[in-house]
Amino acid sequence: MIKPIYGVIAEFDGPTALVNAARAAREKGYRKLDAYTPFPIEELTDALHLHKNRLPLIVLTGGIIGGLSGYLLQYYVTVINFPINIAGRPLHSWPAYIIITFEMTILFAAISAVLGLLGLCGLPMPYHPVFNVPRFALASRNRFFLCIEATDPLFDYEKTCGFLETLEPREVSEVAH
Amino acid sequence: MPDEQQVVEPPPSRDIIAPGYTFGTVTDQIATVVLTKRTPLFWFAGFGVGFSLLLVFLWSVAVLFAKGVGIWGIRTPVMWGFAITNFVWWIGIGHAGTLISAILLLLNQRWRNSINRFAEAMTLFAVACAGMFPLLHLGRPWLFYWLFPYPNTMGVQPNFRSPLVWDVFAVSTYATVSLMFWFVGLLPDLATLRDRTHSRIARFGYGILAMGWRGSARHWSVYETASLLLAGLATPLVLSVHTVVSFDFTIAIVPGWHSTFFPPYFVAGAIYSGFAMVLALAIPLRSAYGLQGLITDKHLDNSAKVMLATGLIVAYAYILETFTAWYSGNVYEESAIWHRMTGPYAFAYWSLIACNIVLPQFLWLKRIRSKPALLFVWSLVVLTGMWLERYVIIVSSLAQDFVPSSWSVFQATRWDWGTYFGTIGLFLFLFFLFIRLLPMISIFEVRTLLPQAKVEEEAQS
Repeated sequence: MIKPIYGVIAEFDGPTALVNAARAAREKGYRKLDAYTPFPIEELTDALHLHKNRLPLIVLTGGIIGGLSGYLLQYYVTVINFPINIAGRPLHSWPAYIIITFEMTILFAAISAVLGLLGLCGLPMPYHPVFNVPRFALASRNRFFLCIEATDPLFDYEKTCGFLETLEPREVSEVAH
Repeated sequence: MPDEQQVVEPPPSRDIIAPGYTFGTVTDQIATVVLTKRTPLFWFAGFGVGFSLLLVFLWSVAVLFAKGVGIWGIRTPVMWGFAITNFVWWIGIGHAGTLISAILLLLNQRWRNSINRFAEAMTLFAVACAGMFPLLHLGRPWLFYWLFPYPNTMGVQPNFRSPLVWDVFAVSTYATVSLMFWFVGLLPDLATLRDRTHSRIARFGYGILAMGWRGSARHWSVYETASLLLAGLATPLVLSVHTVVSFDFTIAIVPGWHSTFFPPYFVAGAIYSGFAMVLALAIPLRSAYGLQGLITDKHLDNSAKVMLATGLIVAYAYILETFTAWYSGNVYEESAIWHRMTGPYAFAYWSLIACNIVLPQFLWLKRIRSKPALLFVWSLVVLTGMWLERYVIIVSSLAQDFVPSSWSVFQATRWDWGTYFGTIGLFLFLFFLFIRLLPMISIFEVRTLLPQAKVEEEAQS
């Protein structure tokens, strides 16, 4: 069923208040939570249990693919496609391949880090409901937001708003779709 | 905007950020430089110089395309001349940006947070300038894609045993990774600009670039992982790039080039000249835009210390270079160094010793390090010295190699100078566009430096 609103959002003045609020909401049993902050806060990552992500695996895979393709490209070119005797060196002169193999490893790993970052964050995302909250523009300046989403099983508009009010926020507002 | 806060006038400080800042004021102070409608005179002056020199560059390149590389002073045996000197110089300058953004991030040096953005921009633009020279030096630059292995009807492929091909891969990887690293760093600040601007066009532009970044905790957690991984990848990359550049020389058997200590020597020299460029940019910028509270005297002091340390490594390399030439007992190595010191390039050699070894010793004095104007002069001295170093290594070694009958003296033409100063114009042009259109200090990283960014743990129980 489509919920009529996206959720409710509470605005806080500082990182400490937000982290405490996030912890309290987790304790209360809310799971569909997200916080919006102007800079990364390590304690918040702990409070929301967000530590695991698959990015390192993506980067490792990218690096391995890059290294292999760098080496195999050189092997293919110098041994199969265009064999040429240079100063009597063997066709498969692997020490000379190391540098390009290394550079291709870094290149592919870095590209997969950036694409992986965008992919895991779901960016580019031109529209998101939180932008409907007028004061949300301050989330990129000096305000800290905690949003409880309507898809949470415990979500009940009156009760959730009441709960957020107990955390002493500056303001609690509704997030329209 | 509700509860608009005023930018406070920060007092000079020995800290990495002046006291009295809040999340709001750092955001406003940095974002205002970009979002204001009033462009300061300083910007027009700098951009004007850059744009004029850029025109000189375009003119030189147009003549080069029309007439060929013969308009430069490159004649047998000195076929590398200014082009490769400038290439090595520019790419070296770029290295400090990556050092600040990647290596100092891994080492948890928090003072880097306020200088890493423009240092990375400096890297990008320096690499762009560096890339011009090998391309123009190709003779037929429009066939540059022959450098890459691709299936072609000619049935030929690059020689992967050649350091010049390694260089193509190293420099293009470096440029790509630097660009991506820079963009990832910009993402949260682009979102800030999107949210702060009042102009519809700017909101649209920054909005597209920010890709819908909303500072979600989920995003930040992936973002932090991505920054660390990219820093970890960029660190060996930056060390490899100048190593590969030095292979262009060491793999050859030319006396004065063929030695094993070139890679560390080149990397140290690169960071040396790069920090000189960081200072040369930071000092005018911070006074023109009143950013002394964010780029404090402490930053200048630290940069000067890094410059001094790498300068000492470079000094050690010069001594070792001379010693190795003598100790090798190789007549060609010996005479190569001897010609450098006493031959037609003696003036350039002794000037570089003065600029790179003698004068930087004054940086031991706190009195010099604490005066921005003096540091600015010193950084220009080091930049000149490092250019001379590359010039002497390349030109003097090629001009007098094995057989005296093939010796010659390199004479730079006005087109050599035009192209060189032209790339300085290209650099300034790009850099001034950057400081007008994008935040030159990383806003979100400076916010983390504030004392109120700390979560107070005792409040939780």
